[in-house]
Amino acid sequence: MLERVGIKSVDDLLTAIPKDALRPKLGLPVGMSELEIQAHLESLAAKNRTAGAGPFFLGGPVQRRYIPAAVPVLALRGEFLTAYTPYQPEVSQGTLQSIFEYQSLISELLAMEVANSSMYEGGSAVAEAAFMAVRTTGRKKVVMASEVYFEFRRTVRTYAKGPDLEIVEVPARDLASAADGAACLIVQHPDAFGGLVDVRSVADAAHAAGALCIQVTEPHANALLEPPGALGVDIAVGEGQPLGIPMSFGGPYLGILACRMALVRQMPGRIVGETHDARGMRGFVNTLQTREQHIRREKATSNICTNEAIAAITAAVYLALMGPEGLSAAARLGVAKAHALAHRLGALPGCSVSTEGDFFDRFALRVPTLAPGREGSGYAMRNALLVDNVLVEASSMHYGDRDDLIIQCTEMTTEAEMDALVAAIESIAASVRETVTAR
Amino acid sequence: MTIRTQVIPDSGVKTAVPALEPLLVEIHEAGRAGRHVRGGEEADGHIPAAFRRKVSLGLPELTEPQVVRHFTHLAQLNYAVDTGMYPLGSCTMKYNPKINDRVASLFADLHPKQPQSTVQGALTLLAELEAMLAKLTGMDAVTLQPAAGAQAEFTAILMFKAYHQKRGEGAKRRRVIVPDTAHGTNPASAAMCGFQVTTVKSDAHGNIDLASLKAALGDDVVGLMLTNPNTLGLFEERLREVCDAVHAVGGLVYGDGANMNALLGVARPGDLGFDCIHINVHKTFSTPHGAGGPGAGPLCVKEPLRAFLPKPWIVRDEQGRYHLDTARDDQPPAGLGDSIGRVRTFLGNFGVLVRAYTYMRTLGEEGLAEASNDAILAANYLLAQLRDSYDVAFDRACMHEFVLSASRQKKQGVSALDVAKALIDEGFHPPTVYFPLVVPEALMIEPTETEPRETLDAFAAAMIRIAERAKTDPASVKAAPKNAPLARLDEVTAARNPKLTWQRPA
Repeated sequence: MLERVGIKSVDDLLTAIPKDALRPKLGLPVGMSELEIQAHLESLAAKNRTAGAGPFFLGGPVQRRYIPAAVPVLALRGEFLTAYTPYQPEVSQGTLQSIFEYQSLISELLAMEVANSSMYEGGSAVAEAAFMAVRTTGRKKVVMASEVYFEFRRTVRTYAKGPDLEIVEVPARDLASAADGAACLIVQHPDAFGGLVDVRSVADAAHAAGALCIQVTEPHANALLEPPGALGVDIAVGEGQPLGIPMSFGGPYLGILACRMALVRQMPGRIVGETHDARGMRGFVNTLQTREQHIRREKATSNICTNEAIAAITAAVYLALMGPEGLSAAARLGVAKAHALAHRLGALPGCSVSTEGDFFDRFALRVPTLAPGREGSGYAMRNALLVDNVLVEASSMHYGDRDDLIIQCTEMTTEAEMDALVAAIESIAASVRETVTAR
Repeated sequence: MTIRTQVIPDSGVKTAVPALEPLLVEIHEAGRAGRHVRGGEEADGHIPAAFRRKVSLGLPELTEPQVVRHFTHLAQLNYAVDTGMYPLGSCTMKYNPKINDRVASLFADLHPKQPQSTVQGALTLLAELEAMLAKLTGMDAVTLQPAAGAQAEFTAILMFKAYHQKRGEGAKRRRVIVPDTAHGTNPASAAMCGFQVTTVKSDAHGNIDLASLKAALGDDVVGLMLTNPNTLGLFEERLREVCDAVHAVGGLVYGDGANMNALLGVARPGDLGFDCIHINVHKTFSTPHGAGGPGAGPLCVKEPLRAFLPKPWIVRDEQGRYHLDTARDDQPPAGLGDSIGRVRTFLGNFGVLVRAYTYMRTLGEEGLAEASNDAILAANYLLAQLRDSYDVAFDRACMHEFVLSASRQKKQGVSALDVAKALIDEGFHPPTVYFPLVVPEALMIEPTETEPRETLDAFAAAMIRIAERAKTDPASVKAAPKNAPLARLDEVTAARNPKLTWQRPA
């Protein structure tokens, strides 16, 4: 090959590179065989405590859900996994039709008119939805409910530093009074504490002020709850991980973004549309590309290029396998277990459910004070439970004024896990009472 | 060589229009269902009527075997790295080792909110990956948060903005400079940060034009976004002068690392004048492109930018344990300080980063350098074979990719798009076409290091055959593809009359 190129070594091709910078010593480790790397990664993995290795009640945007066996078998086939963005539709119909079906399934689930082909993940999808509202209304004020996930709100705040948006955070009940001059009102339902929220009144308030209503939603909740499209919502966004995608310590996930058809030309990201080929056969292509960076450059609706296509295909496979019955059952099991657990925990001395009003498949729990100081009662209880190998979130880590536990249930939550949580909280609280009494 | 066309058995389903494979909604029949999850009926009593779903939940009802065949048929309609050579320029479609996928599954059952004491293995891996990337690029600090190259660009330009604000120059610095060869993501990312974009032309050697750049520079400049090697596959010949000129007016230089596959062990961006660079791990580090994603876009920066990196940061204590600085379990958390904050919900596309880590550890320093060497050699080997049949945009030694022009063929009535479609019939995925914008009828070819010589020869032979047919029988080239699942698609109709979801059969 060197001969065909007419060189003696590859270095003959590198004359444009400054000599003093050429071929530096990097200080990286030497290579490994496949056997060695497998063993090395297993040793790293052994230092983790996996979700299934004990009682587990973490959740929020990322949920431990049952993944049918056929999901990874299909979605991770090499023909999907090792293809790229379908720039050549004649040899990419597998990707394109699967994503078209994903868009259709999500639109059906959320009762929205159109969904795009994926965003990176939930938090940045909320930010991009806010940008859509800013472009649509020409206003720069974004109003968010403080019951939207902490990490989502923080991500929106970071994105907002780009176009210098004004961010206002108020409790959901006060959104209407902050609507004046807003580009959008962002409300989450069910909220970070599992609470059910009157989204329709938020949408009405937004529209009365000339703003858009953005709902942060969760896929499974829509099987049982009135979906965004029926509540007057303009843009629905959320984290799609619960649709058959592993938790994987933070990603890769699936940003869901759906909207009314009237807003489609403001949508970020790729969108697949139906068409036909030169012989009249049905086919699918990336469409409405004049919104996108590779055509419009600095005038594009977003800079997104690589997205999360394989996650969208995974979600399509998951929804096809689960069907309306399976999805509803998974959602119902989470709700049923959360309510059974809340009933038991709420009966313990010093404990009470602190989510306001009705809740879905997670709830906040006020627990007795264990120790004074920085760690509030919820945080101290979370740490005490960790000693018992029970994993629960403390709201004080992210929702400063709330000092509770947040407890998530799904279809994966077992009776044994629930028994373990109740017994652990009961025993920790009792030992504190004894200590206090002894003093 | 011809592309394999799958014979897909007729499912018996009558579709509304002639189709390769029915839609799920066309296979649906009420009452069909798997039994993956069941139960929970008692939940209904806990949801007040006002909140309950009243609009129908019209998801299709299917059996598992139907779903399996449906998506298997669809998969068979795809061209992928696993099925053949995929020389899509600027995308680095190298082979994706299967071991990377398997080890990633070892970390699948970890929740991102787990207490840090329960995820020390995962945090160790991330910290080690950050350190390796810093060494590879010659930078001082790394964030693993960005989900893709474009998000890394946005992150970096936000950091540039914060950097200039910190120095009291936020108000006056409003312009970002990009060369005319830049990826579309560069100007789009700059615009998302509220900045104006100034485009600078290329010179006769395919470099950024230094005189034009200097004319465009001033104390209102935020920085320059530069891809090196650039999208022509060429190493900037006066790179240090370019970077010095930007620094001289107080600007910063962003490295778009899309083409890092040419530089592993060859040169470190940190030694060349860049203030930061992102890496597309789905390109350079062999993580599967996933039909369009996920990727991951770690951003590596020089010391002066460290303070502005997204948080949380992974920090190591004296006992060798890892923590997230903004949410420590063991002591009061750190504030955001000068950090721009998080650009996503959690730490990064972890499953992708595990694959990248595995790739780097498997190859090691020597193997990584060999990969870039082989990628550069493969591109130059192909260029040598194709130079006589096509016009070469800028005829000098290329790095890991090169750009041909079908201008000659265009005069014969055959466009770059026609060449691309004819390659499909020859059994290859086409190269990137019509990019970069500065080359008419561009064909951007990146073979990567993982194709054996006989495949490179077969690809060159196919390209030469197509060039010959353009002379003798252009109509046959324009009629391609004939061996693909579909003929050319009508993209104009798709955009004019958007059908973006299925219509449920009445």
